[in-house]
Amino acid sequence: MNKAGAWARRAPLLPALIFMIIVTQLPFLVTLVVSFMNWNAYYPDDRGFAGVDNFVSVLTDVNARKAIFVTVLLTVGVVLISLIVGLCIALLLDRKFRGRGVARTLMITPFLVVPVAAALMWKHALFNPEYGLLNGMLKMVFGDNAPQRDWITDNPLISIVVALVWQWTPFMMLILLAGLQSRPMDVVEAARIDGASPWQIFRSMTLPHLRPYIELSGLLGAIYVVQNFDAVFTITSGGLGTANLPYFIYQTFYTAHDYGRASAAGVVVVIGTIIIATFALRTAFSLFQEDSR
Amino acid sequence: MTSTTVKKAATRPPLEIRHAKPKRSGVLLTGLAWFISVMFVLPVVWMVLTSLHTEQDAAANPPKLGAPISLDGYRSFFDSGPWPPIANSLTASIVSTFLVLVLALPAAYALSIKPVKKWSDVMFFFLSTKFLPVVAGLLPVYLFAQKVNLLDNIWLLIILYTSMNLPIAVWMLRSFLSEVPVEMLEAAQVDGAGLVRTLKEIVAPVVMPGIASAALICFIFSWNELLFARVLTGTRAETAPVFLTGFVTSQGLFLAKVCAASLVVSLPVLAAGFAAQDKLVQGLSMGAVK
Repeated sequence: MNKAGAWARRAPLLPALIFMIIVTQLPFLVTLVVSFMNWNAYYPDDRGFAGVDNFVSVLTDVNARKAIFVTVLLTVGVVLISLIVGLCIALLLDRKFRGRGVARTLMITPFLVVPVAAALMWKHALFNPEYGLLNGMLKMVFGDNAPQRDWITDNPLISIVVALVWQWTPFMMLILLAGLQSRPMDVVEAARIDGASPWQIFRSMTLPHLRPYIELSGLLGAIYVVQNFDAVFTITSGGLGTANLPYFIYQTFYTAHDYGRASAAGVVVVIGTIIIATFALRTAFSLFQEDSR
Repeated sequence: MTSTTVKKAATRPPLEIRHAKPKRSGVLLTGLAWFISVMFVLPVVWMVLTSLHTEQDAAANPPKLGAPISLDGYRSFFDSGPWPPIANSLTASIVSTFLVLVLALPAAYALSIKPVKKWSDVMFFFLSTKFLPVVAGLLPVYLFAQKVNLLDNIWLLIILYTSMNLPIAVWMLRSFLSEVPVEMLEAAQVDGAGLVRTLKEIVAPVVMPGIASAALICFIFSWNELLFARVLTGTRAETAPVFLTGFVTSQGLFLAKVCAASLVVSLPVLAAGFAAQDKLVQGLSMGAVK
């Protein structure tokens, strides 16, 4: 191919590529530089090179380590639970039955509620110990002496997981349902006639077909849940041991104005996610193995 | 029901035959499907009910389901000046979605039809920017905006939302464009059709649903965004989600008002999502993995 032709092919790609590099990579470079600096907006005279101090303090600080742990727990928990529940519901909705379209519409509603609004709803309308629906139902069923719990204070992390699973299960369900409906049914039917049990069909035909869909929904879900800020910010304000890394960084930067430490924490998150994501994409995932033209 | 599912179902006669005679287990599974769907929508139904009660009734325990309908919650929400934030959210979401399409379409074209060398590396780069947690870029963006006086300016959000959604859009549009049969493109070339005509008559029909679903998803994610909007806007460029977070005061109960506000702010996304469910499905599966 001649040079002009190659550039003509590349040209349409360049605006998007250049835009992305400027808007995402440049700021990250700055973050990287700041992470090696002493920089707190409250002490402007102390600005200077700090070496790896910020990283040491992030990795040894109890709160930061807790935030890393919470992030992992929250992401793995929410993604796994919503994947499994989403798969079960997708299998249920893949069957033909009366009003299936309506049921699907009801199912996707949680995904369409603005995340902050959903978090507000869980915190105030459902979990609230005085007038929330959960305690309200207990009173409706068991009368005035019904046990009344302070759901968020008693189980802060579980409360956040419940709210997030409610919001993300429909997302997983939608992708998996699309996968189920693209299944070649004639092969399944042939297997059934040959006497394969439903479980055998599921294990050896449905699951392999669904694999790329499971990977895609897991990957996308993880990308968004790792970065979750809305639920943590709204439901517990990071209190009661629920601060995840995005919230920790937000606080370090926005409240404590410790720019150096916030940046170091940001760099740690990026390194962590890139290691995990590259590992997942290059080894376990089949998404990148489609052939090019 | 939507047209796609009907078509899909029609191509699967064996299943229909199987379900022609309703079995006990079938009825049970249908009941279970309905039960779970209703459970998932119940919190939203509760929110609607609460928003339609007076503050006193909304905060009653045990709940007063039959309490008289009141629009007080909505009234006090609309009295609190929600229109500027809603207008800001609309501007940011619509303009950034438009910019995403303008940038993503040519890129996706270069990555699928006659792809550039190393296209998968480019795709990986686009996706990897999504791994970059937004918080990690927050500080530089804040400092930069402060310096050039872009804080509390809706254009800053528009640019950031564009970068947030561009990778996803490129991915989606690429997989849709890959559906265009190469033979048809070659045939068009042999027939002497120019680029514009080829795009219009062969590429566009295949890709239009993809563009619609990409746009819908970009709109939803921009409308929902909170962290950037909270840190980078103030009074002038405040968006609807930020407005919502400022809504819960410690003084007294405003449960009906909070529920009304949450519903109104979710309404554009709910309406778009319900109206274009199939587009949403196609988009989320990234037209993909077919």
